[in-house]
Amino acid sequence: MRWLFLALALVAAPLLADSDLPPAPLADTQLSDPKQEAQAQALMETIRCLVCQSQSIADSNAELAGDMRAMVRERIAAGERPEAIRAWLIRRYGSWVTYDPPLNRLTWLLWAAPLLFVVVGLLVARSSFRRRRA
Amino acid sequence: MTGYKKWAPLIAFILLGSALTYGLAKPDTTNIRSKMIGASVPSFTLPPATAGLPGLSSSELATGKPHLLNIFASWCVPCVAEAPQLKAIADAGVPVVGIAVRDRPEALARFLARNGNPFRAIGADDASQVQMAMGSSGVPESFVIDGKGRIVSQVIGPINPQDVAELVAAVKAAR
Repeated sequence: MRWLFLALALVAAPLLADSDLPPAPLADTQLSDPKQEAQAQALMETIRCLVCQSQSIADSNAELAGDMRAMVRERIAAGERPEAIRAWLIRRYGSWVTYDPPLNRLTWLLWAAPLLFVVVGLLVARSSFRRRRA
Repeated sequence: MTGYKKWAPLIAFILLGSALTYGLAKPDTTNIRSKMIGASVPSFTLPPATAGLPGLSSSELATGKPHLLNIFASWCVPCVAEAPQLKAIADAGVPVVGIAVRDRPEALARFLARNGNPFRAIGADDASQVQMAMGSSGVPESFVIDGKGRIVSQVIGPINPQDVAELVAAVKAAR
């Protein structure tokens, strides 16, 4: 019995099992308003697919990604702001779900690091030039 | 520039390089836990997923009794493996309710006929909208919901036989 479960788990884990339901209406259909569609597209390219975890929902063929695209388009069409939709997703899945991580206590170093490196480089350069001149 | 000082930039560079390489090589987490744990179940109303069983709405999860909410689908292979455990949990007196993701009524009826029906109600989530609202990223997943409709905990993947007793206790403790 245990082996049966193990075998099932082995089969099941990588399986992106698909339903036979057709994609949601707005999963692969653009919005009629080009401005709204551009907003939706920009957002979808920065939302991470939950199933195939290295793709954005704009690139993914997973069914859940299709449903997420439909959700994004529906909400944009209803007048919701893209950042509000991103915040809704972050509330549920954490910052993991966005490819545009928010600036916070955990991530500030990402933005500060280049500046810090320049400062350290300048200090190192200054001290070594001073040495040579002396 | 003698001694340690000379090598400090190189050592710093090597440390940074090692840290970045480690970060890249370390396997990424594949289980995305819901951040909704501790929050109330988002409000939803889902139509019945198959004939003979009622649909599900969030208000029915806040009636003073705890529930086990199972997110599943008839097309999901691990959900078949999980079925006996759900039955055992229901037999232990835990109200089990379901959300069927992207499912067809006939397919679901066949699934229940073959694997048993532990569910008191199953809502049809045809476009995964409630699944997303719960912060769930796949099937099967289960949520322990307390009597006030608050999400207490989440099980990602099929419930294994050795998890049944603990889960029953968790639901019963979630007054």
